[in-house]
Amino acid sequence: MVEQVRRLLEKRVGSVAELEKLRQSIVDKKDSGRTCISVCGGTACRASGAEAVVDAFVDEIERRELQVQVEMKETGCHGFCEKGPLVVIEPKKIFYQQVKPEDVAEIIAETVLGGKVIERLLYVDPVSSERITYESDVPFYKRQTRTIFGANGTIDPTNIEDYIAIGGYSALSKVLTGMKPQKVIDEVKKSGLRGRGGGGFPTGRKWQSCRDIKGAIKYVICNADEGDPGAYQDRSLLEGNPHSVLEGMIIGAYAIGSHQGYIYVRNEYPLAVRHARIAIEQAMDYGLLGENILGSGFDFTVTINKGGGAFVCGESSALMASLEGKIGEPKAKYVHMSEKGLWDSPSLLNNVKTWANVPLIINKGADWYSKIGTAGSKGTMIFSLVGNINNTGLVEVPMGITLREMIFDIGGGIPNGKKFKAVQTGGPSGGCIPEQFLDTPVDFDELTKLGSMMGSGGMIVMDEDTCMVDVAKYFVEFLKGESCGKCTPCREGINRMSEVLNAITQGKGKREDLETLEDLAGILSAGALCALGQTAANPVLSTLRYFRDEYLAHIDEKKCPAGVCRELIQYSIDPERCEGCLRCLRACPTGAIVGEKREVHTLNQGLCIKCGACYDVCKFDAVIRQ
Amino acid sequence: MAKVWIDGETSIEVEDADGVNAVSLTVDDKKVIVSAGQTVLEAVQRMNGIGNIPALCNHPAVKPYGACRICTVEVSEDGGSKFKFVAACLYSVKEGLIVKTNTEKIKKLRRGIIELMLARCPNVKRIQELAEEYGVEKPRFVLGDQDCILCGLCVRACQEIIGKSAISLVNRGIYREVAAPFYAYELTEECIGCGDCAFVCPTGAIEMGPDGRPILPKVKIPYGEIEALMKKEAATPS
Repeated sequence: MVEQVRRLLEKRVGSVAELEKLRQSIVDKKDSGRTCISVCGGTACRASGAEAVVDAFVDEIERRELQVQVEMKETGCHGFCEKGPLVVIEPKKIFYQQVKPEDVAEIIAETVLGGKVIERLLYVDPVSSERITYESDVPFYKRQTRTIFGANGTIDPTNIEDYIAIGGYSALSKVLTGMKPQKVIDEVKKSGLRGRGGGGFPTGRKWQSCRDIKGAIKYVICNADEGDPGAYQDRSLLEGNPHSVLEGMIIGAYAIGSHQGYIYVRNEYPLAVRHARIAIEQAMDYGLLGENILGSGFDFTVTINKGGGAFVCGESSALMASLEGKIGEPKAKYVHMSEKGLWDSPSLLNNVKTWANVPLIINKGADWYSKIGTAGSKGTMIFSLVGNINNTGLVEVPMGITLREMIFDIGGGIPNGKKFKAVQTGGPSGGCIPEQFLDTPVDFDELTKLGSMMGSGGMIVMDEDTCMVDVAKYFVEFLKGESCGKCTPCREGINRMSEVLNAITQGKGKREDLETLEDLAGILSAGALCALGQTAANPVLSTLRYFRDEYLAHIDEKKCPAGVCRELIQYSIDPERCEGCLRCLRACPTGAIVGEKREVHTLNQGLCIKCGACYDVCKFDAVIRQ
Repeated sequence: MAKVWIDGETSIEVEDADGVNAVSLTVDDKKVIVSAGQTVLEAVQRMNGIGNIPALCNHPAVKPYGACRICTVEVSEDGGSKFKFVAACLYSVKEGLIVKTNTEKIKKLRRGIIELMLARCPNVKRIQELAEEYGVEKPRFVLGDQDCILCGLCVRACQEIIGKSAISLVNRGIYREVAAPFYAYELTEECIGCGDCAFVCPTGAIEMGPDGRPILPKVKIPYGEIEALMKKEAATPS
């Protein structure tokens, strides 16, 4: 016990000067020329087997007794999830992709000890077919501006000293020693930062209204209840650099005069929860959270609250209801949550990414920050680029970059030589943007003009084989399951929208259905209680706006042009092309295909469930889909 | 001196009422003075012949909730240049507020909401009356056969007035329903049989049973979906 207390006291940093001393001693201890192997330990790389790679490195380093010469680090998400597990070897930053545990011994022997590059593990640029040795030369990374996300690949998120070494908590020092709360808010206002969670509300203005409201108790909340299908940047940031989020929150708390913070994170993000918890504990130990932070007299603590995974709990009032222990249902927000939020006290809620932007603004200044981006949207944005795209991953770019640069230059275009059809931005509340708008600069206002939105930064790329009615149906089905059911327009309206869309995709649609869909959209946007319902029709409205002919093909011709909607397609075997190889026959799960070897096969329509297995396996293009 | 309406037909001249805890607002082009601290719905419902705001999930005995959305009105806080849709049951009156309760936009929205309610509950008299008033004929959707519109009045009355919470709303979205603890339809001893829930129910979905306890609306969940779900769950070993 005494020993524990002594250790705690030892770690505790009592002043800004002591923090700088600690930073210097950490930096001094680090040998910049020393080899450091950093393995991406983000959830996506873990899913591709990163943990086994980490174990293999640890074993190999121990076996060869290299613990002194070689540092081994499991970092947060590097972003290039398509090619995981990723390994970067510093100081040169040699970039190996799709590393397997079997490769580890070779990496140690050849690269770490021998100084040679292993060609086989290098990334090959699909455009130039060149092998690329260094991380910074990979086109996926080259065109990004990684101001928020950059540290993810270099620090161990479970070690606060890594964060301190790269200048962590220096923004907090600056604020606590030389900036009055109002000065902090002025700086955030001047930076032009807008909320990264979806709404895009000016962050400084939110902070100001929360500061101006009189109240002894105020709360600061981090919204990490990311729930958009295909979006995972908040998770990766909280997993990979939790201290940057914490630092932002402490600065926000100081600015508005709050002493209690919450991180509301979904329980389905176990790694984010774990890393946030470790970060809070370490920040407490170092005196960066808790009482008398850095000897300034300012107190602030943060508690983690795990959500049950309801999409609607990402909505501020539902999130706060859930924090209070009530059912996660939204309330009317005619009085802002920043004035009357959690337990009716002024509450400052910001998204993970918004918080992570704060230390950067304080350190580099609002003038520097506001130079990045467009007139109405400042700074960078982290997008998750997913769907039919070569380079799936997380991308941080300055606001104002075009969709084309993002999808084709960074994302590497569409796989298998397919054509681009649309990109869905902003999650279920967003819309589908077709090809003719690919040169639109991406920022809050431009996306809204196109009938979509920035949202939390989800970007789902779709190729020519995508049915847009089916896409609209998918998002409506998602929202049908996630609507809390409190208000009539959302509960009933989304359900009826799904009913109508299902009928259309089954070939039972009528021309009047399009008007019904538009009517329902009007009821939702004007009548629904919260933003989930008010924006629920966007996927339908945007596809109706840009792909109306596809709806009409389903309704008038009973055809699905993309060949997706099962009820509207038929598979058959072209006797001219069939070689009688039995592949389709073996793949068919229902025995609908019959035939003998080297004889033309036939497909029994009555038994066919239109799964497409035959179509996928046929080597002679003999299976026809109509 | 200013002209102020006290009901749909009568106006009076009043002097500036400084120091009185009241606000003046304009409801459907008529200037009225009402006491501060109430909602738009409360204020309008107290005035005879001015404004027309239907409401289903609202009851003076419990706190406003904002679920049915049928009381949606248009308001302007800036003297009429910008209007927004708000639920009258939740929106507080404020000085200078302009309220429009029956514009074409509002009527269209209400017709839409009533159509959705009628499709869910085609046999409920209160909804049929509203449908007639707003000119809603046959809904364009597959008809359900429920009585409960999930306004939550019964649940709120049990909790706020009686302090029992013998019933609550369970599940979310279209699967939402009113149930007793542990997802039972039979009420337990938690229920004191006061009948508040049946009394406040706007659709008559809750009736008092022979044992003195209410019979809950057994929600026939949308079109067989939940049965299919339950079968699927039963079939999957956990």
